[in-house]
Amino acid sequence: MKTKQYLIIGNSAAAVGCVEGIRRLDKTGAVTVVSQEPHHTYARPLISYLLAGQTDRQRMRYRGADFYETHGVTPLLGRAALSLDPAGKTVALDDGRTLPYDKLLVATGSAPFVPPMEGLDAVPKKFTFLSLDDADALAAAVTADSRVLIVGAGLIGLKCAEGLSGRAASLTVVDLAPQILPSVLDERAAALVQAHIERQGVRFLLSVSVARFEAGAARLTDGTEVPFDVLVLAVGVRPRVSPAREAGAAVGRGLITDEYMRTNLPDVYAAGDCTESLDITSGERKPLALLPNAYLQGETAGLHMAGGGEPFCTAMPMNAVGFWGLHIVSAGSYAGDAYVRCGEDNYRKLVRRDNLLRGFILIGDVLRAGIYTALIRDRVPLDTIDFDLIKDKPGLIAFSRRDRQEKLGVKPA
Amino acid sequence: MKRIYVNEKWCLACHLCEYYCAFANSGSDDMAKALMNRRINPRIQVEERGGISFAVSCRHCEEPLCVKSCITGALSSEGGLITVDKDRCVACHTCVLVCPYGAIMPSDDGMMQKCELCLKNTAGEPACVKHCPNRAIVYEDSDAPKAAAL
Repeated sequence: MKTKQYLIIGNSAAAVGCVEGIRRLDKTGAVTVVSQEPHHTYARPLISYLLAGQTDRQRMRYRGADFYETHGVTPLLGRAALSLDPAGKTVALDDGRTLPYDKLLVATGSAPFVPPMEGLDAVPKKFTFLSLDDADALAAAVTADSRVLIVGAGLIGLKCAEGLSGRAASLTVVDLAPQILPSVLDERAAALVQAHIERQGVRFLLSVSVARFEAGAARLTDGTEVPFDVLVLAVGVRPRVSPAREAGAAVGRGLITDEYMRTNLPDVYAAGDCTESLDITSGERKPLALLPNAYLQGETAGLHMAGGGEPFCTAMPMNAVGFWGLHIVSAGSYAGDAYVRCGEDNYRKLVRRDNLLRGFILIGDVLRAGIYTALIRDRVPLDTIDFDLIKDKPGLIAFSRRDRQEKLGVKPA
Repeated sequence: MKRIYVNEKWCLACHLCEYYCAFANSGSDDMAKALMNRRINPRIQVEERGGISFAVSCRHCEEPLCVKSCITGALSSEGGLITVDKDRCVACHTCVLVCPYGAIMPSDDGMMQKCELCLKNTAGEPACVKHCPNRAIVYEDSDAPKAAAL
């Protein structure tokens, strides 16, 4: 059999998942990774920890230094894929080379979304916060005297604020939404987390946006003037669908794939932030730009490219994140009957609908949350377990003895 | 690969597995010094209620969601043994969010810890199994659970 040529555009979680998926089944095929970023694969969400000095370039490697070597991968780092020809099955690079493929993965990730803002061009120190290079540039620009303005109170904006805490003079976060973390938390949980972050010295200006940038300041829509030295734009991200779209790949809210991560183009797969996913808890198709989702999609693609694997059909929104020591984990969607417990630094919300757990938010005490996540993922009918028993403390005690034997006991030979 | 299994019929809820786990992973050779006057933080935990009790620790899944979901690469699988490199962990709790058994938890310093079958400490074999007085915890060769099939 002829050696298969696998080509992967991207070098982050989806790409690594794909490499590891391929190598579980195919030890000899040629695997090439093309990445615009010149770095060894790194854990993208750690860029805020890098700013805070809680990790370094060595430790934030997503895989060991010998990953490409041990997995038989030819890395082409610092090279952009300009176009793909699905008929000729080739990808053209920015150095003039054309690479052939038998199977192609598009794992181009997402790009910061920067809305048009009056006066933005004239702001001298402005940054986005999605890559290692972004973090390096930001770190170099911020001094102890810097007043930092962050536009966007989502995960990226707030992790950036935490990373800069202690190395800037002030931190102000502006968001058009009336609450922080609108894609992750409900209003009440958001208020609790906001109060916690405010106690760390971060100032929030919500339900308001930047009307225009003036010399050394932002003028907000309510007329407030916010002087600043460094601007971080963390409004959101968009799936990076080029160059697949130009080649004819179907695009909805991201690249559209089936459950094996195949696009409509023959032998072209897509995985990670550049795709849209089916959220099993809401039935909606939308981008789920989350690292676990990216890895699992990439692995699914890799296994299928190599001739095996199972469909991936358990995607859902999922977040685990901490801010100044306060842990938040959440999963699923929040439409349904809610069980809520709220303390000062503690919040617990479990949402059920049609006899299934659909989502949850835990703040503070997050231990063993994965037991809830599994109830959602596996669509466990809640009347088959003693759900009341684990509303306040997740445990396997809610399951029947037989189910527990299945999970924990010796398997019959 | 050998794994830890529990037989809840034989569990006495004595919690000795928790103490021996904490001791085995303490780095100390004196159990009293290692555990006295401290809230222990073991990697195996007994659930109990109304006469039912059983110990839960990592199942070392064949398709480990914790490893696949880890945002740093700190969790990895080597020949079926799932370990965490605490030096690369940032305590984001993604593994806590995805483990269907609730078997990964923060250690004393906040970074994640989990059962590594006592293969990375000086005990050399699972201390919970060795010291279970009623053999409710055993160390045997059997098929790994697939996490997704929970």
